[in-house]
Amino acid sequence: MNAISRRGDVRPDRRLRFPALPVADSAGTSFKHEHLNAILAESPQTGFFEVHAENYMGAGGPPHQALERIRREHPVSLHGVCMSIGGPQPLDRAHLARFRALVERYEPALVSEHLAWSTHETTYFNDLLPLPYTQATLAQVCEHIDEVQDAIGRRILIENPSTYVAFASSTMSETDFIRAITCRTGCGLLLDVNNVFVSATNHGYAALDYLSDFPLAEVGEIHLAGHAEQSDDEGERLLIDSHDGPVADAVWKLYEIVISRCGPIPTLIEWDSKIPAWPILRAEAAAAQAILDRFTSARAVGGGHAA
Amino acid sequence: MLLDYPTEKLQPSFAAVFAQGLTDPARATPVDVVGPRGKAAIKRYNVYRNNVTVSLINALAATYPAVQRITGVEFFRAMARFHVRATPPTSPLLFEYGRDFPAFIEGYEPAQDMPWLADTARIERAWLDAYHAADVPPLSPNVLAAVPSDRLADLVFTAHPAACIVRSAYPAVAIFAMNRVEGPITPLRSSTAEDALITRPDMEVAVRLLPPGGAAFLKSLIDGGTLGAAAATAFTETPSFDLPASIAGMIEAGVFTTIHLGDWP
Repeated sequence: MNAISRRGDVRPDRRLRFPALPVADSAGTSFKHEHLNAILAESPQTGFFEVHAENYMGAGGPPHQALERIRREHPVSLHGVCMSIGGPQPLDRAHLARFRALVERYEPALVSEHLAWSTHETTYFNDLLPLPYTQATLAQVCEHIDEVQDAIGRRILIENPSTYVAFASSTMSETDFIRAITCRTGCGLLLDVNNVFVSATNHGYAALDYLSDFPLAEVGEIHLAGHAEQSDDEGERLLIDSHDGPVADAVWKLYEIVISRCGPIPTLIEWDSKIPAWPILRAEAAAAQAILDRFTSARAVGGGHAA
Repeated sequence: MLLDYPTEKLQPSFAAVFAQGLTDPARATPVDVVGPRGKAAIKRYNVYRNNVTVSLINALAATYPAVQRITGVEFFRAMARFHVRATPPTSPLLFEYGRDFPAFIEGYEPAQDMPWLADTARIERAWLDAYHAADVPPLSPNVLAAVPSDRLADLVFTAHPAACIVRSAYPAVAIFAMNRVEGPITPLRSSTAEDALITRPDMEVAVRLLPPGGAAFLKSLIDGGTLGAAAATAFTETPSFDLPASIAGMIEAGVFTTIHLGDWP
């Protein structure tokens, strides 16, 4: 309806304007529709909400209505789970276009994806599958991240995976691979501390060694989640990244070490199945916020420099 | 580099090798896939197999809760497992998955004594499509009222993106309604054929039972037929078809978004 439609002057007609809400130093939770009314009923409150991008790739309906209501009052983190960045085949252009449209529509404070793959040829496997760490896969992954960042016009955070297997053909460590990704593409990182703990246990290395090798300066978001326990072929502990319970004590400990080294980083409690009542999820986020606050004030006292 | 290309093409990628066994339990763990320090990776690789199959069965269960309630969880998951292995998703959007599931149910041998199960599934599929459909305001009754009566027969309607009709030779609407809610199941003593109308004029998906002739009438309109032609189709199928009631019903349900006269371009 507006005669002025020069790019940059006027927002596209049907796009809702959202406030630019800060996400720094704050904790958040996964957003689940069953919590919508409880969340809205207790505002005002702080904290951000993270959504899986794919759940909002329908044309309309209640999912978009719910996300709009959340986004009006809270920063939102858009977390993609099936771009298949880690796979050898070209990215799905239609999927990338849908992802870009969500970034434009909801103006998320954080945008992230996984170092994993989920589609091969035309089959979508609905899981975050692992990749070998070689110069060849590094080149493919970087090409894909470049393509995503070009499409959305901003930096993306790439999440470290939780894995159950390794590849005999790998020629570099996961942390070297991840560091190379950030250097080559300029992307940021989403450090999933639960994934570090799960992978460290499953592959028999020390989580603290992994964190020492991890390029913490590039981390723009942290994930915390619960895991489940199984056993491997030798009867030893095999941890499963299940996102179906509270964050384990060991993971809280690692998290506190990370924050003490880096200063406050936006932190998300992920809880995707066996979803609890809102107060339980909120309490997990409050626990993370308390740790963030402790190191926020430490930073203030120390003259504004984090670690 | 150019010379390397054909050889590279012949070697399956790590993903091709890893993917082969994910939905095929008969295949061995890929040789490149290992545990740490020479440990075996059979159970480790099985974690991925399990994640893939179980999560896709869960996706079908989320789309088809009434079907699962009718068959029981064990029967449903066995049926869904066959479907997941035969027809894995081709889109990363899980709400698009399972479009072929009603047809699969129709041919699934152990479900042959529940011939209405596939139609119940078709209503559930339409429900989810309506849930995610584009938000468009439905046709206002005033717009229709403003059309001169001598032009009514020439009217053509644009269907709402959420609108869908499922015709069944069984009481599929009653079965659907009874099994989409918690609570006791009362025995259904009916063999009536039922047609469902699925709409979402605002944020709530509605599933209605259509009166006799209603499905033929609305299908004709949705396919772009004029109001006159649609009424004729309905009367041919059902001489007792109630035209005014069906017009009022379709406006209330939000089946259409706009109208125009058939002779317009």
